[in-house]
Amino acid sequence: MAAAESYPEDLRYHPEHDWARVDGGEATLGITWFAQDALGELVHFEAPEEGATLTKDQAYAEVESVKAVSDVIAPLSGEVLEVNRAVADAPETVNDDPYGEGWLVRVRLTDPAEGDALMDAEAYKQHLAEQG
Amino acid sequence: MQTLLRTPLYDRHVALGARLVPFAGWEMPVQYEGVIPEHRAVRADAGAFDVSHMGELVVEGSGARDFLQSVLSNDVERLEPGLAQYTLLTNEQGGIVDDLIVYELEPERFLLIVNASNRETDFAWLHEREPGDAEVHDVSDDYGLIAVQGPRSLERLGLPDAPAFTFAEGEIDGVACTVNRTGYTGEEGVELLVATDAAGELWDRVLERGVVPCGLGARDTLRLEVCYPLHGNDISPETDAISAGLGWVCALETGFTGADALERIKEAGPEQKLSAFVMEDPGIPRQGMPIVEGGEVTSGSHSPMLERGIGLGYVRAELAQPETELTIDVRGRNRRARVVKKPIYSREES
Repeated sequence: MAAAESYPEDLRYHPEHDWARVDGGEATLGITWFAQDALGELVHFEAPEEGATLTKDQAYAEVESVKAVSDVIAPLSGEVLEVNRAVADAPETVNDDPYGEGWLVRVRLTDPAEGDALMDAEAYKQHLAEQG
Repeated sequence: MQTLLRTPLYDRHVALGARLVPFAGWEMPVQYEGVIPEHRAVRADAGAFDVSHMGELVVEGSGARDFLQSVLSNDVERLEPGLAQYTLLTNEQGGIVDDLIVYELEPERFLLIVNASNRETDFAWLHEREPGDAEVHDVSDDYGLIAVQGPRSLERLGLPDAPAFTFAEGEIDGVACTVNRTGYTGEEGVELLVATDAAGELWDRVLERGVVPCGLGARDTLRLEVCYPLHGNDISPETDAISAGLGWVCALETGFTGADALERIKEAGPEQKLSAFVMEDPGIPRQGMPIVEGGEVTSGSHSPMLERGIGLGYVRAELAQPETELTIDVRGRNRRARVVKKPIYSREES
């Protein structure tokens, strides 16, 4: 079930353990392997509404395991185009495939240049190592 | 910073890859593989829990029985050697100092297995009140305690059936232990009391028999599904036994501490009742969340068996009826819940 630890090279990472897959003026967002592992099996995804506005570094959703709830922080600003209904229906999808089937939302970016401030996979792995 | 205590099984938890967390001053496994698979193992087969952090107090002497009858809510006279009883240590207001199980070892010697967080409080409470002909000792460091719970637990351990709340000396694959027919999951099972230096070997033998190691996370979701109260969450010195729905362990006629206060609450009818609810809307109730109609959630979690949020909380008596709609304030969002008859989960109805 649970995926093996990985941090794909094609993603950009936020220090609060979120990833963004930027594609032109749009991006797909999710939480990292580290985040889902720290939480344990997810049992609830409190999703934003489609059309909601995301502000970089602010919470836009919540994910919950049996024992804990965590805010999901927006790595980039934008407008929600689509919420992953598969995750809303079966939140454990995030544990199984955090970078694929377990994506959370697709957004239209307000300011694609914000992505420059995010980390690449190497920098994020360094960030994790420093957190101990 | 205070150092966390470790049970005799600590090294084994680390070796099994458990996630360890501070709990009541102890470093305890919250999960091994995961709360949900561990929970399901106990409902379907058998799981083992290290509950060595719990406290063991011995009360002995010619006056031990009368002393316990005066401080514990249940009727100690109904015990005999080999029998155990769920009971409450109560204060003058009928509030719950602790909930515990008392075992009659011998006619003048009783064992109390108490919550880890209340071990020192309970000892002090009893020690201050002990008469000249009874004495309380804290023997917690002498014992480990391993709960084995689930419909296949006896078969897995090779133990015969025995009535609930009985106990006897026994062994598992040559490791001597006291086999208590008690538990905190709503499933058939035992709690094995073992000498500290044999606890590791007993744990190994139990796991070799195919019992799944389970952490405190599953222990909490299992007890919540069957509505066993957790001291510190659902019951406390500020909540009385009648409002908590624990009148059935209060033998008011024995005149224990607080019995008169409880008698008054019982006659007038409690203003609030500890009620069980199931979420109708998405969202998971958590301890401390407001109940919009009045009150707050005292325990809340995701139920692995119902696959939705469940909880306990005190609500006004007229709202405690099954089917009553409640509203839980889940971090600023109003979510609907429905009061249900206790227990929330039972094998027969699923």
